[in-house]
Amino acid sequence: MFKIKVPRYWRHKDFRYRLNAWKCNHCGETHFFKPLICRKCRSREFIQVSLPETGKLLAYTVVRSPPEGFELQSPYIIGFIELDDGTRILGQVTDCQPEELKQGMRVEATFRRIREDEEDKIIAYCYKFRPVI
Amino acid sequence: MSNKVYVAGVGLTKVDEHWWTSLEYLMTEASLKALDDAGVNKVDSIYVGSMLSPVLQEQGHLGALLAEELGLSSVPAIGVEAASASGAAAVYAGAREIESGRANAVLVVGVDKMSDGLAEEVTAAMMIGERQEYVGFIGATFYSLNALIYRLYMDKYNIDQEKIALFPVLCHEHAVNAPHAQYPFKIKLETVLNSPYVAEPLRRFETTAIADGAAALVLVNEETGKKLDSPKTELVIEAATDYLTPFQREDPLWFPAVQLSTSKALERAKLGRQDIKILETFDATSIMAILSLESSGFSERGKAWRLLEKGELSLSGSLPCNTFGGLKARGHPIGATSVYQIAELHLQITRRAGKNQVDNAVAGLAQSLGGIASTAFTTILREV
Ligand SMILES: [Zn+2]
Repeated sequence: MFKIKVPRYWRHKDFRYRLNAWKCNHCGETHFFKPLICRKCRSREFIQVSLPETGKLLAYTVVRSPPEGFELQSPYIIGFIELDDGTRILGQVTDCQPEELKQGMRVEATFRRIREDEEDKIIAYCYKFRPVI
Repeated sequence: MSNKVYVAGVGLTKVDEHWWTSLEYLMTEASLKALDDAGVNKVDSIYVGSMLSPVLQEQGHLGALLAEELGLSSVPAIGVEAASASGAAAVYAGAREIESGRANAVLVVGVDKMSDGLAEEVTAAMMIGERQEYVGFIGATFYSLNALIYRLYMDKYNIDQEKIALFPVLCHEHAVNAPHAQYPFKIKLETVLNSPYVAEPLRRFETTAIADGAAALVLVNEETGKKLDSPKTELVIEAATDYLTPFQREDPLWFPAVQLSTSKALERAKLGRQDIKILETFDATSIMAILSLESSGFSERGKAWRLLEKGELSLSGSLPCNTFGGLKARGHPIGATSVYQIAELHLQITRRAGKNQVDNAVAGLAQSLGGIASTAFTTILREV
């Protein structure tokens, strides 16, 4: 299972908590974690950006056969979202039933619990998306 | 000029849930069958492909382990990994060694044993081929990623699920007479469409199940091949990679790595698509098979379902596909699967496919994918 170890979890909190990411200065490619070199154009210059917290739902599905560590949450929704700046991102969709979702609908980012490591009692948080009311 | 590579022997274990058999036993059994089929005792090196064994069996170091099991300790033996294409990665490494002239004979093996894990453990283990810190962290699964792609595909081309869900029906039809297949029985389209969702719109019967298996090939150079009586085929393998997460690519419905590795392999084999008489696609899900058919240029975009509907992919069609049942019905023991694919092409081309024999099987092509085409191997086998 994906063990939640504090240093490993902590080093990515900027992205997971605040949707802070890195944009390539040359080609504009978004990298969620601090890159050394752009995967698309191989430039090495980046600027840190806060990704927009709203966007539209391009597609969604429901996880009915969960991985270890997510058994108690199942079924839950995974969405493919296009943020308002064009960045495409995967995330859980929360605060709604799958029947309430429509492709193309507006969603916004919110800060939520993603999982609890039962052994070590560590709670991990992450962005999730919810329909804009 | 690099040396030619020949497949001189193949060994397959039946794909099944082998409760009483270990990972070591399975890979040794397949290896011995391949060595016996080729009629050789020794090889210059061994490559073993496996994806899940470090997680499910907590067993690494499969190279030295297999060499020991085979009584071949002292032979260089290395484990290789490329997610669900790990078996093809072993073939790639072995083939390159023959081509370079450093080896005369190489044993390549693919193995995985999923029944040693619980369903949730296997689902989690499958994610080691994705970006864990991003996609794994949010609880996405391999099937949920496939489901998103499936939805986008049906929307873009305005195609109903029943067109795509014909793929597993075809696979089961081809597995009926396959002695090594996990599920050698026919299913109806309604069965697929009425099976429960794994992640909507993807249904259980459009995916694969827990499977154990090992498959092996003996690869040799031309000179060694001439000394062996076993039937042989010539092998060309090429590979390409892409981003791990299909949703960060420009178009999640297009597999550039499949396109690239297919073109490279055809070019090196000096063959055109019309020369390929049998095809093995990587149908980890129905939608993955469809997208592979399109990205490799065997179908126009958005139209792969027509090949299915017209029966072109059946054993008697113009391009028989997954002639022993593919991942769906022969079974998908992850790291072993691509070696099964190549071994099955070999059986067809050497006229040893039994009731599944395709008449003019002179050249075949196998697509082996790691993750959602983050790695793509294309292997071409032809008559010699
Ligand atoms: Zn760039």
